[in-house]
Amino acid sequence: MSTDFRLHIAESGARGRRRRWETADWGSFPIVLGLGGIWLIFWLANDKFLSPPNLTNLMLQIVALGTLAIGIFLVLLLGEIDLSAGAVSGLCAAVMAVLNVKAGVPGPLAVLAGALVGLGIGLFQGAWITRLHIPSFIVTLAGMIGWQGALLWVLGGTGTINLRDPFITGLADTFFKEVWVGLLLGAALVAGYAAVQFLDRRRRLTASLPVTSMRTLTGRVALVAVVVVAALLVFYSDRGLPLAAVIFVGLVILIDWVTKRTVYGRHIYAVGGNAESARRAGIQIDRVRISVFALASMIAALAGVLAASRLLAVNQSSGSSDFLLNAIAATVIGGTSLFGGRGTAWSALLGALVIGSISNGMDLLAFESSLKFVITAAVLLAAVTVDAVTRRQREAAGH
Amino acid sequence: MALIPRPPLLQLHGIRKRFGAVQALIDVDFEVSAREVVGLVGDNGAGKSTLVKCIAGTYPLDAGEYIFEGKRRTINSPQDVARLGIETVYQDLALCDNLDVVANLYLGRERCTTHAGVLSFVDEITMEKHAIEVLRGLSVSLPNVRAEIASLSGGQRQSVAVARAVMWNSKIMLLDEPMAALGIVQTRQVLDLIRRLRHQGLGVVVVSHNLVDIFEVCDRIIVLRLGRNVGNFDAHVTSLDQIVTAITGSKFGSEEDSMEKHPLGKRHVN
Repeated sequence: MSTDFRLHIAESGARGRRRRWETADWGSFPIVLGLGGIWLIFWLANDKFLSPPNLTNLMLQIVALGTLAIGIFLVLLLGEIDLSAGAVSGLCAAVMAVLNVKAGVPGPLAVLAGALVGLGIGLFQGAWITRLHIPSFIVTLAGMIGWQGALLWVLGGTGTINLRDPFITGLADTFFKEVWVGLLLGAALVAGYAAVQFLDRRRRLTASLPVTSMRTLTGRVALVAVVVVAALLVFYSDRGLPLAAVIFVGLVILIDWVTKRTVYGRHIYAVGGNAESARRAGIQIDRVRISVFALASMIAALAGVLAASRLLAVNQSSGSSDFLLNAIAATVIGGTSLFGGRGTAWSALLGALVIGSISNGMDLLAFESSLKFVITAAVLLAAVTVDAVTRRQREAAGH
Repeated sequence: MALIPRPPLLQLHGIRKRFGAVQALIDVDFEVSAREVVGLVGDNGAGKSTLVKCIAGTYPLDAGEYIFEGKRRTINSPQDVARLGIETVYQDLALCDNLDVVANLYLGRERCTTHAGVLSFVDEITMEKHAIEVLRGLSVSLPNVRAEIASLSGGQRQSVAVARAVMWNSKIMLLDEPMAALGIVQTRQVLDLIRRLRHQGLGVVVVSHNLVDIFEVCDRIIVLRLGRNVGNFDAHVTSLDQIVTAITGSKFGSEEDSMEKHPLGKRHVN
C-alpha cells in the first residue's frame, strides 16, 4: 500500500461532538421527555394524577396493552405488521375461559392452552405470509376478521364468560404486600444491570477496546436505581407490588435481551433492515419471519389472558380493534420504526405508558372521549414525525 | 502468469439460468484458478451479475456443473458456497443499513459466547476486536466500527463490503462492480487490494464496466454477450479493441465472425 490511512476509532474535539450530535440515535430520550411533559400537565391540572393509587391503577391499565405491544414490536422490527394480534388475544382468552369455566380445566393449564393456540395461529399466519409471499397486512387482516369470528363461535350463545379461577384472576389482582419482595426484585434488577455494564466494560478494557467512561456508566446505573426505587415507593405507598407489572416488565426485559444479545435477535434486526442482504449472508429469513409471527401471536395470547384477568371475564368485545390499534400506536410512539429494523422492546413499555397516561389523565379530568382520541392521535403523529425526521438527518449526515 | 497451466480452482460447465421467459445464461462455461484475476465483462444485460450470483449460490442453477477443486459440488444456498471458501462482494453491497459495521462484517456468522443455536449470545467484544484488526489491515478509514452503515459514505460502505469478503481466508473472491461507487483514490485502493489477494494465492473474479480497470489487474478476460460466452482472452496479449468488439458483437473480421455464424457452437476463442 502506498498510502497508509489511519483507522480513526473516534473523532475528538468539537467536530466529533457535533458529528455525534447530528448522527446520534437519540433512542428513547424524546419519548421519556414527552412522557414527563404529559405527566407534568396532568399533575398541574389534577394533583391526584401522580398519587400512588392512580399511578398503580395506570400500571394495571397498561399491562395488557403493553404486553400486546411487545408482540407488535417484534413484528414491526421485521418490517411487517400484525393486524390480527387483537383478535388473537381475544380468541385465546376465550379458549382459556371456555376450557377453565365450562370444561373444568385447571387455571394454569387453561392459560397454557390459550398460549399454545396463539402460537399455532402465529405459525399458520407466518407460514402463509412467507411461503406463499402474501403481504402480512392482508394475511393478518384476514386473521383479524377470521379470529374475531372464531371468538364469537367459541364464546357460544351466552356471549360472556365470567372468570372465577383464583389463578387466572390472580394474575391481575395479586399484590405483593411484603416489602422484601419488591426490594429483592428491585435489587436483583439494579445489580443485574450494573453487573452486565461493568463486566462488559472490564472485558472491553482487557481487549483494549474503547470503553464508556466510569462516570457515565455509574450515572446510568444510578438512573436505573432511581427509577426502580421510585416505582417501588409508588407501589408500596398503595396496595403493594402488582404481580401483573412484574410479569409485564419481566417480559420486556426478556425480549430486550433476546433481541439485543442473541444471534436470533441480531437476525431479526437484519431481516428488518434488508431481507435480501440477510438472505445472501446465509440467514434463514423464512425461519426468522415465521418464528417471529409465532412468538408475537403467543405474546398476544398472553395479553388476552392478562386483559381477561383484569376484566374478570371474556366477552364479545375482548380484543377489539381498539386494543390492537392502541398497541400499534404505543409501539410506534415508543420509538419503534414502522419500516423495520429499528427500535427496542422498551418502546412497548414507554409507548403504553404514554397512551395509558393520556387516557387515565383525561378520565381523571372527566374529559370526553372525543378529546382523548384527538390527543392520542396528535401524540402518535408527533412521534412518527420525530422518528422520520431524525432518521433523515442521520442518513444525510453520512453523505 | 496465465500462461503457466495449473488446475483451475473453480470450473463451471454448461451453466443455464432462466427467469420466466428470459434465458439469462445459456451454456456458459467459466473457470478461475488460484493466483489468477479473471475479468468478467459484457454489455448491460449480458448476464454478468447473474453469473456472479449463480457462482455465489444466490441463484440456483437450472443446469450445468459446478466443480470446485476438481470435485462436483451441489450448491443449494449461499452458505454452501461460503463453506467452500468463495466470498462475494455484491454490486448493491448487501449490507444491512440499520446495523453497525461489526454486525455487518459478521452477519450470518456471528461469534458467540455460549452455544445454543440461534439463542446463543453474540460475543461483541471478540467480533469488535477482530473487526478493527481486519479494517486496519485493509487501511480502511471509518469514524467508528460501531457506526451504523446508514451513517457511512458510499466509499466507506464499499470498504466494509470488501472487508467482509476478505476476512474469512477465502480461496476465491467475487467482486461485482467493486469500483462503481468509488472515487479515484479508493478505486486505486481496491485495485491494489485485488493484486494483493492474487499475491496471497486467491482466485479473483472482477465484474466491471471499466475496461481500463479490468486491463490493469486482470490476467484473463471472459466476455459475455446476451447470456453466452463470446470470448476468453489472455489479458496480456489482447487489445482493448478486441474486447470491445467481443462485447458489442460488431464484426471486425476476427474470429468473432465464425462464432456469429454458429450461435450454438462451443465458444472458446483462445
